[in-house]
Amino acid sequence: MNVHEYQAKDLMREFNIAVLKGGVANTPAEAVEVAKKLGGNIWVVKAQIHAGGRGKGGGVKLARSLDEVEKLSKEILGMQLVTHQTGPEGKKVLKVLVEQGCDIDHEYYCGIVLDRSVGKICMMVSTEGGMEIEKVAHETPEKIVKCHIDAATGFTAAHGRKLGYALGLKGETLKKAMAFFDGLYKLYVSKDCSIAEINPLVTTKQGEVLALDGKLNFDDNALFRHPEIEAMRDITEESAQELEAGKYGLSYISLDGNIGCLVNGAGLAMATLDILKLHGGSPANFLDVGGGATKETVQKAFTIILQDPNVKAILVNIFGGIMKCDIIANGVVDAAKELGVKVPLVVRLEGTNVSVGKKILAESGLKITPANDLADAAKKAVEAAKGGK
Amino acid sequence: MAILINRNTRLITIGITGKQGTFHTLQSRDYGTNVVGGVTPGKGGTVHEGIPVFDTTYEAVLETKANAAMIFVPPPAAADAIIECIDAELPLIICITEGIPVGDMIKVKAALKGSKSRLIGPNCPGVITPGECKIGIMPGHIHMPGNVGVISRSGTLTYEAVYQLTQREIGQSTCVGIGGDPVNGTNFIDCLEMFQKDPDTKAVIMIGEIGGTAETDAARWIKANMTKPVVSFIAGAAAPKGKRMGHAGAIISGEDDSADAKFKILQECGITIARSPAELGQKIAEVLKK
Repeated sequence: MNVHEYQAKDLMREFNIAVLKGGVANTPAEAVEVAKKLGGNIWVVKAQIHAGGRGKGGGVKLARSLDEVEKLSKEILGMQLVTHQTGPEGKKVLKVLVEQGCDIDHEYYCGIVLDRSVGKICMMVSTEGGMEIEKVAHETPEKIVKCHIDAATGFTAAHGRKLGYALGLKGETLKKAMAFFDGLYKLYVSKDCSIAEINPLVTTKQGEVLALDGKLNFDDNALFRHPEIEAMRDITEESAQELEAGKYGLSYISLDGNIGCLVNGAGLAMATLDILKLHGGSPANFLDVGGGATKETVQKAFTIILQDPNVKAILVNIFGGIMKCDIIANGVVDAAKELGVKVPLVVRLEGTNVSVGKKILAESGLKITPANDLADAAKKAVEAAKGGK
Repeated sequence: MAILINRNTRLITIGITGKQGTFHTLQSRDYGTNVVGGVTPGKGGTVHEGIPVFDTTYEAVLETKANAAMIFVPPPAAADAIIECIDAELPLIICITEGIPVGDMIKVKAALKGSKSRLIGPNCPGVITPGECKIGIMPGHIHMPGNVGVISRSGTLTYEAVYQLTQREIGQSTCVGIGGDPVNGTNFIDCLEMFQKDPDTKAVIMIGEIGGTAETDAARWIKANMTKPVVSFIAGAAAPKGKRMGHAGAIISGEDDSADAKFKILQECGITIARSPAELGQKIAEVLKK
């Protein structure tokens, strides 16, 4: 799960991580109010969307007067912000964060992720702050210094010194940086983050070490123990179909092709997309109905697939292990009848009770194209989407 | 001989009285697995479907001489169940549970270090040595005994591969689902090492996914250490960048862990690649003929 920058910064404050003073606003008038309260004579107005690269896209602006705060908020609120992470259609800005300005001395990068190869948390820093870190990692990997943190020791002062030293920090600034890293690690672990990224982390002319930006992602599997994080969910940032699918235990991701897919198991679902592409087809979605699908979930899956107007054919690929083929077959037949499925339906069933399942499909009176195996199913679905042979 | 499990495996199920735990324990027993007990805290002393139930894993191991555990405990308590198995010094722990927080698995990983236990999973279909022992949720009837080892991060895609083999009358020595989570107990290399040493295994299928470096690390290990042929498929070539596809592990974020990049490295390391998941059976038949 993703949160906005202003929410991430609220969490950081709880862990004594230094951030600038600021407040969130839904309207230009509210933005001016926030700026007044903050005081000073320089403010930053920042678009709040779940994507990086907002500055380049024109979603982060500097204001030197309250009038300018109002003017810039007007421009940013409601704009369709396009960044390298939003896709060409961009994302509509509904909130802005208004923050104090600061005297930046130097920009750095700091991030925490899981290193899957060793099963440990890894904190990374770089002197190349404010840049796209993927680019730095690719072009100058030596400029990223990594520190693996053992679950038994947790984050220690030694880790902090190593990372601070890597950034060339000294004296009081080094001490402040060490406290910053320590707070960020504690936040990451206690809130079950999957990514914590501060880019840039800055030192100011006054010797402060603070997070100018902040991105936090959370482990969906751990949300059951963090109702306070779940409460931060912004549903306007999430796909309505994906949310709807999630309620029924379905994993759905919309894609840009024309063959709707209904598969059980994530690996087989991915492999189904792959084989469709290999046969010249283009999948409209990824959909994993999971291991315990019922007639109702299959029906829901069809409803979601059919909401996509691009779908010209549907491929059902089920390898029944726990899931019995006759149950799936009944679900497919009922859904097709009740929803009045107009597009061609290619069904490949294999596994437990397969002969009963195939019989149900054949006797349904529906125009269902049965497929013998994975390759056959892909070929038939691609042909069907093209409008038949 | 096979690897990990065989006729001599003595299984206990942790979370045996739950719906899933009961169903799959009975399925495993029907397949021929020697199920010697189960654990559900609070239900110790009872008998469930003819199987003695204990309050703690420690007691179950002491009483039944179990040497393997299958875990069906819900995600919030699953990591704790694994740690209890490690503490009871069970040599083999197979965790089926899907949805364990990564933070919990990081602690489990640390607890496994230097212990006497091997963990398979979590979020996996389990392990089967066809004709001898099944521990997990895979459909037993699609398997047949033979000489091909199968290792996979996915469940149903593994069944697909096994089915293709069985249809060609190519049997399997052992099939291991290592699970789709970012932190798991056993990786591809661990399994490859066991298959390389196993005289019953003549060739191996390795099914991977986009995301991470597990497959490319395995490829380099194969090049340096493995004399048996390996056939591999990587799922997710058609997956869009930055999208999580059901498995937490299968998120594609950089160039290097895309399916194309992985296929390329696999091929460079002398592995036979199947670009299509429908070709796995055929490719294995080809390498076995050589």
